[in-house]
Amino acid sequence: MLHRRQTLSLLMTSAAALTAALTAGSPSALAQAALAQSATPVRVGEINSYTGLPAFTIPYRQGWQLAVEEINAKGGVLGGRKLEVVSRDDAGKPDDAVRVAQELLSSEKVDLLAGTYFSHIGLAVADFAARNKVPFVAAEPLTDAITWSKGNRYSFRLRPSTYMQAAMLVEEAAKLPAKRWATVAPNYEYGQSAVTWFKQLLKEKRPDVEFVAEQWPAQGKLEAGPTVQALAAANPEAIFNVTFGADLAKLVREGEGRGLFKNRRVVSLLTGEPEYLEPMKDEAPEGWIVTGYPWEQIDTPEHKAFRDAYGARFKESPRQGSVVGYATLKAIAAALDKAGSTEPDRLVAAFRGLSLSSPFGPITFRASDHQATMGAYVGVTTVKDGRGTMKDWRYADGAAYLPSDEAVRALRPAE
Amino acid sequence: MSFLLVQALSGLATAATLFLVSSGLTIVFGVTRIVNFAHGSLCMIGAYLGWSLIERFGGSVGGFWGSVALASLGAGVLGAAMEVGLLRRLYRSPELFQLLGTFGVVLVVQDAVAWIWGPEDLMGRRAPGLKGSVDILGQPFPLYDLVLIGLGPLVLGLLWLLFTRTRWGVLVRAATQDRDMASALGVDPARLFTGVLFLGSALAGLGGALQVPREAVNLHMDMAMIVEAFVVVVVGGMGSLTGAFLAALLIGQLQAFGILVFPQITLVLVFLFMAVVLVLRPHGLMGRAEEAPPAAATAAPVLRLGNRGGWIAVGLLALLAAAPLLVGDYAVIVLTEMVILALFAASLHVLIGLGGLVSFGHAAYFGLGAYGAALLVRHLGAPMPLALAGAPLVAGLGALIAGWFCVRRSGLYFAMLTLAFAQITWSVAFQWSGFTGGDNGLLGIWPSAWASGKAVYFWLTLALCAGALALLRRAAFAPFGYALRAGRDSALRAESVGIDVRRHQWFAFALAGSAAGLAGGLYAFAKGSVFPTLMAVSVSVDALVMILLGGVQTVSGPLAGAALFHLLESQVMRATDLWRLLLGLTIVALVLLFPRGVVGVLSSRRERS
Repeated sequence: MLHRRQTLSLLMTSAAALTAALTAGSPSALAQAALAQSATPVRVGEINSYTGLPAFTIPYRQGWQLAVEEINAKGGVLGGRKLEVVSRDDAGKPDDAVRVAQELLSSEKVDLLAGTYFSHIGLAVADFAARNKVPFVAAEPLTDAITWSKGNRYSFRLRPSTYMQAAMLVEEAAKLPAKRWATVAPNYEYGQSAVTWFKQLLKEKRPDVEFVAEQWPAQGKLEAGPTVQALAAANPEAIFNVTFGADLAKLVREGEGRGLFKNRRVVSLLTGEPEYLEPMKDEAPEGWIVTGYPWEQIDTPEHKAFRDAYGARFKESPRQGSVVGYATLKAIAAALDKAGSTEPDRLVAAFRGLSLSSPFGPITFRASDHQATMGAYVGVTTVKDGRGTMKDWRYADGAAYLPSDEAVRALRPAE
Repeated sequence: MSFLLVQALSGLATAATLFLVSSGLTIVFGVTRIVNFAHGSLCMIGAYLGWSLIERFGGSVGGFWGSVALASLGAGVLGAAMEVGLLRRLYRSPELFQLLGTFGVVLVVQDAVAWIWGPEDLMGRRAPGLKGSVDILGQPFPLYDLVLIGLGPLVLGLLWLLFTRTRWGVLVRAATQDRDMASALGVDPARLFTGVLFLGSALAGLGGALQVPREAVNLHMDMAMIVEAFVVVVVGGMGSLTGAFLAALLIGQLQAFGILVFPQITLVLVFLFMAVVLVLRPHGLMGRAEEAPPAAATAAPVLRLGNRGGWIAVGLLALLAAAPLLVGDYAVIVLTEMVILALFAASLHVLIGLGGLVSFGHAAYFGLGAYGAALLVRHLGAPMPLALAGAPLVAGLGALIAGWFCVRRSGLYFAMLTLAFAQITWSVAFQWSGFTGGDNGLLGIWPSAWASGKAVYFWLTLALCAGALALLRRAAFAPFGYALRAGRDSALRAESVGIDVRRHQWFAFALAGSAAGLAGGLYAFAKGSVFPTLMAVSVSVDALVMILLGGVQTVSGPLAGAALFHLLESQVMRATDLWRLLLGLTIVALVLLFPRGVVGVLSSRRERS
């Protein structure tokens, strides 16, 4: 039988215990505040989908860990303060990410926020950052909205956006003789905007092309056989692919099995990134035009230094995410030094137009739309020594694939 | 023509996999009545085990098929172990409680598999001898898919032989029809159940291992599989093998041809199909009249009004109201979320605890409330109070519509119909980008200036939630609540005394929906943004878990469960990357220690002393 009185008293005790548990964290924060200002580290709150997408976020985490170690070994930031990262998992959910951001801000007293992988989580944290007037460096999300239609004063983005990567590929696609195109993309904002941009930009350069079929598999649930068959039935001369991860692997296997790629060129977003290419081992597609990161072949001094340090520290080769994580924290350190303070508005001012050296070469955070000009490598996939890699690649500098300052000003909401 | 034929063949290959996995689920449910959430996890384990074995031994034809068989056996052994170690201890708990246990297992398996095999997708070897394709009327078709197409009917045939020609099979069928009678006649149900779990899990493992040559093995296979398997099982009719086979065939063809006709709605096609089938056929395609469904409260105790419960509630409220003065900002935010989730859980409890209706899609109304509020702000520029008032109305309206269909079904069919409606709502939010913002959601839904302080917003939340909870409690002890409980305990007798059971259930559905909607509206303003993830299956599952943790038979159970679950999740998540493992183990431990929910067990312990 139920005794309400007793169960309620149980509730009360647990509520009291909870209160105690939640307040237990604060004394250390108080103690820190008591320390001299110069000894306090600068704290960066970092949020990412570590459990949701470990294959991508763990190389990313190692990247920023390396950067933090390097920065602190060289004396930290702001003339001797240590850089400290407080990292949290968002479980792949935007509402959890917002709670964690709040926790980082009010309990951990972080000076700025960074991270995120999924576009919707990036947007949620960006909106939170604007609301709380704290700078946020979106590391990995690709959506154009984060710097354009939903852009805000406090949010910056490092990785080349969907638009930029589509524009890089259109440049190559326009050179192909193909006139009949088919597209296959995951059915959500990333896939949709990639296809929209690709179509629009390609038609601008090649008014003679037509798009004869589109497939929109649900993300992670590609029905490979039917999709491949449907694409083949439209008899396109070339295919634009936006699927990735497990869907891509299915598409490639089934497509090879059913001869979809025979005598057809494929242009594919992100497929050259080692995160996507390497799991396919010797079945990686041959001859696809992709954006990616041929880590073993880039021999610029800044990249070599990064690759060597990363290899020495983690005993593995870097991934695209490693570069993003590394560059994110390097950018934050540079912005702190440029601002000379952790004061949010001075940091925002410092980020605008901030230039620094990344493993991919010099990059600049544009003042107009807060997008970094970090680029990507455009090339052709191939299989070498039993694993997928890129050949005939070139570095496409992001600056060349962004609309002008005036054009993006019209896209961004007024501050 | 040849193209259509090959498309149909592709659909058959998909169907074969679907059938293998869902046949296991339907057998397990048919005999044990366990809604086994861990079935998808067992399929994933089969795939990973298969990958490891095939990498090692899969070079030859014998090695490959031996590896597949071994992986399937491995999954079967794990399933049997789960029955012995966990489920067996829960047979005397309310039936739904095993669902909570298996949910804990899902979490544990997710982390364990990531830890053993690493986070990266694993591309396995192709089946030796079956790498190429054959030309069918001039269209290339993979050989391996042809083998899969043959395998589906083969397994169906073998299962048919097993169930009709062996003693064990006859016993299983007897237990399926009447568990108590079978055990009264001397059949040891425990051994039978272990065997059934073994068989069901081995089938799941087989389905998983057979995917290795077709796709990269990955960590999301469990969730992708379980939902589809449930759909197949329900469309086919719970416990019916031929039904599952037929449903798998239909769904395979639907997906193969659906993408030709409507490439944009692949997200919901199967759920739309399931909704249509369930609306037209109460027990799926081949289901028999009501298989004793999982009822939330089998031997439901009579709820009683506590004498001084009101005063204690006031005391608790006062304590909570004072909290912002004592604790920091972050604690206030966690408390705000806990209060909101308590209302959300309590609203689901109206259905489960009072109505005996288990909903798998309650997140739809939470999400509708959140979206209702957010859309009012976005498109009409409504101020916060108006948006908050709109939230329960929008959600209540949605619940009225969905509820009209849902309450016409019972048991797991009801549950799956609510899930179908939730998925349809989710996909509307996900796809209608112009209106709902699509998967990028709606941003900037922050409280009005006067309520923007965290403490003020907490007080507002507390006041509204406490008010709503008081109303729900009032409803539970009003004639409405008694009628609802009467319908739960015996629909027949309730009808005979003149209670319109269905009508009461319908209104309860709407009431629960609007209370969840208010919770959703408050949640939207607490977070500043809404996303389709608020309506995802996982949110519905979380709500179920909260109720079951607290205990279904008490009014305060869901509140304690919500508080406990949210606290566990948010604090464990902060502490470690392996939070799913810890959370899963905690849930399993709680299930074993408190087989009737935390509050349920504590209150009955007091009762005895």
